[in-house]
Amino acid sequence: MATDNKNRISVSEMIEEQKKKRKFLNQLEKLIPTLLLIIASLSVLTTVGIVYTLLAESVAFFRNVPILDFFTGTILKPLSQNPEFGVLPLLNGTIISTVIAMLVAGPIGMMSAIYLSEYAPDHVRRVLKPLLEILAGVPTIVYGFFAFTFVTPLLRMVFPSIEATNILSPGIIMGVMIIPMIASLSEDAMSSVPNSIREGALALGSTKLETTFKVVIPAALSGIIASFVLGISRAIGETMIVAIASGSSKNFTFDITQSMQTMTAYIVEVAGGEAAAGTTIYYSLYAVALTLFVFTLIMNLLAKYISRKFREEY
Amino acid sequence: MTTKYMDAELVGKRMSSRVRKNAGWKGVFFASTLFGLFVLAVLLIRVFTQGLEYINIDFLMNHLSTDASRAGIMGAILGTAWLMLIVVPVTMVVGVGTAIYLELYAKKGKLQSFIATNISNLAGVPSIVYGLLGLTLFVRALEFGNVLLAGGLTLALLVLPIVIVAAQEALRAVPGSLSEASYGMGATKWQTVRRIILPAAIPGILTGAILSLSRAIGETAPLTVLGIPALLIPFPSGIFDTFTALPMQIYYWTIDSSLVAEYANLAAATIIVLLILLFLLNSIAIFIRNKFQQRY
Repeated sequence: MATDNKNRISVSEMIEEQKKKRKFLNQLEKLIPTLLLIIASLSVLTTVGIVYTLLAESVAFFRNVPILDFFTGTILKPLSQNPEFGVLPLLNGTIISTVIAMLVAGPIGMMSAIYLSEYAPDHVRRVLKPLLEILAGVPTIVYGFFAFTFVTPLLRMVFPSIEATNILSPGIIMGVMIIPMIASLSEDAMSSVPNSIREGALALGSTKLETTFKVVIPAALSGIIASFVLGISRAIGETMIVAIASGSSKNFTFDITQSMQTMTAYIVEVAGGEAAAGTTIYYSLYAVALTLFVFTLIMNLLAKYISRKFREEY
Repeated sequence: MTTKYMDAELVGKRMSSRVRKNAGWKGVFFASTLFGLFVLAVLLIRVFTQGLEYINIDFLMNHLSTDASRAGIMGAILGTAWLMLIVVPVTMVVGVGTAIYLELYAKKGKLQSFIATNISNLAGVPSIVYGLLGLTLFVRALEFGNVLLAGGLTLALLVLPIVIVAAQEALRAVPGSLSEASYGMGATKWQTVRRIILPAAIPGILTGAILSLSRAIGETAPLTVLGIPALLIPFPSGIFDTFTALPMQIYYWTIDSSLVAEYANLAAATIIVLLILLFLLNSIAIFIRNKFQQRY
């Protein structure tokens, strides 16, 4: 009898066991949201980490180099006996390469968007759009290789005086890389303009071209401008193309056939050279990166602001 | 008596020029669209004609060498493979966890919109800045050194926003009727998430994860900051080994091609290997999307 009792589980015991199981499940159920919140806060921690490291090390830098000298200095000689840390040559290189890139990507991306959104038949768009997006998926290192070994020699036929490393060729290729971004974001903006508005213009006798420029583009303007701003932000932050094809000259010049260094390329050069921690040149990395970070952040926030604030609701 | 409402001749004259203008610009727009594709074609043709003949078993299997005719990229291939092994689990766990929290658990409010805004801002941070974060945090503060773990974690942080957004979209696409049915059967929230919502969202999540992985392995800038050596190093065999990766190898060979012209060809050959890898990854992603994605 006694052994029998051991093996047979009474109903009350079963209920107890179920309760225990339930208790565990309930605890798990309560634990899960907290666990997920901890995981989700990792992305916030990443931001904190970025901002903290950039700020902390930049403060160390500005203790050695006055902040005014940094932002107004036109001479950048980090490795010389009497190092000078003026960021203007880097800002200059960054701005010039961005302007060149946008001169390529702006019109071409915009016109591609017009074609895809307003003119292309459905089956053509379905082929062209993914093909165009391949451009955005090519690693930037490949573009850098292409700019350095192909585009620069090609440009030399037009401008014989162009240097082996120059800002023009990476600028152009950076523009090509940004085309799909502007094309697809602008196309989204233009496609979301309702057809009734288009049809209204066409019914009044406008051609497609007139409809596009006088009706569709004004209606989609906020999205189009936002895509341009995002393109600019992308160009400012682009690294490998300029690091390879524009060299490391820190001259303050406006001659686009010469080598110039962007902020991103400076970081690659100095960090790759294994600057010893604690030296001024090491801290300068963070000051430059902080400047870069602030620039791109402003651009991204601006793009978001424009597309939200000025969006036409239909 | 008929009133002349319009001058048919004048309209006809103006109209034809407007129609011509329209047709002309249509050609310009079409040509612009083709311009990008034209550059892409030139790039691919250039890379393949330059590098294809250098790809053979020796090139794929050999150690790195300063002698261009004997150099191989096995070390870089292994390095990239190891990086993938680190990036995938980290981004999957953190990315999907964050997405589940934001989509299914977080109450609509300040905290949720703060985290969401933060993620969208992170997506716009230049990759080189992540490199500096990796250098400061993983290489120096945590004293990993410039090893695979530091590189992998840096790349994982870089692509995390992409995975989160993709996973959020996938979770959002699961219809409410499925989870309601599950609740109706007496399932708890976590049981519903784990057994109903996640399985339904898995194809979308995987597609996003693979696409972000292909972004990660093509990324060079953060690795250059971590200080990946260009020297001849042994093949990596664990996450605490130093390494090189395919894009780093392309970088070093490209900038050294002004010294040794043949390095440009080796760079082109390495680019072919990298592009094939990316092509495979993207094909898998598209296959998963087309094969398993359910439309509700």
